[in-house]
Amino acid sequence: MIVEFKKEDKVLIFKLTEDVDQHTSEKIRRKMDNEIKRYIPRKVIFDFSNISFMDSAGIGMVLGRYKLAQMLDGELEIINVNRAMKKIFDMSGVSRIINIVEEEKNEGVI
Amino acid sequence: MKGLYDNEMKLEFISKTNNEAFARITVAAFVSQLDPTIDELSDIKTAVSEAVTNSIIHGYEDEEGIIRVSAKLFGNSVEIEISDNGKGIGNIEEARKPLYTSKPNLERSGMGFTIMESFMDDVKIESALGLGTKITMRKQIGGEKQEEEMDVREA
Repeated sequence: MIVEFKKEDKVLIFKLTEDVDQHTSEKIRRKMDNEIKRYIPRKVIFDFSNISFMDSAGIGMVLGRYKLAQMLDGELEIINVNRAMKKIFDMSGVSRIINIVEEEKNEGVI
Repeated sequence: MKGLYDNEMKLEFISKTNNEAFARITVAAFVSQLDPTIDELSDIKTAVSEAVTNSIIHGYEDEEGIIRVSAKLFGNSVEIEISDNGKGIGNIEEARKPLYTSKPNLERSGMGFTIMESFMDDVKIESALGLGTKITMRKQIGGEKQEEEMDVREA
């Protein structure tokens, strides 16, 4: 996972680099929480552009960080998800509470 | 046994979450023989990942056990079986419900079975307390193409 913090607009970006399942999400969620607590971002962005697979572990991973970001008065956005990921976020109701931007090939969507 | 299936494979591995990726990628590689679309392959990978994760974190919890995965091809269909000798599911009805989870502390969403059921054509759950759980899932590859052909015939 690549972590980037844009100081000027207080945006924290998690760029995922490993397919998301129970194994990988358990590994990175603590690190994500620490980064959120450290920067208290105005907005957290999950960027899925570098990975092609996510199972239901991604739901908990996103919702857990969403709750934390909200508690610290921030918002959360998910970008560059593929069709399969979108399907999982739709089925679980995540897309009703979190803004999801589907895959598009324009760089630097913030 | 001869002639029952066009092709068949079996895997056995211990219940470590590192093996989730191994299991789904291996099954996907095997199913590739049926020339599935990227979406179909992705559906199968997701369903396998869900079932294997269930065996690891619910079936065996913190203990180590063996998970067996088999895939059988016949015609343009695949049948995938994922079984464990873990603690079993007490209430299958409840486990199938969307958003039901016995492990919210692990940030489990309770969407595992719902995803398996919506990504595969058919999902069967067999479980006995103290003995284990077996999930059997089927999917027809190129199903949409076939439906189109049938529509043409009907018209």
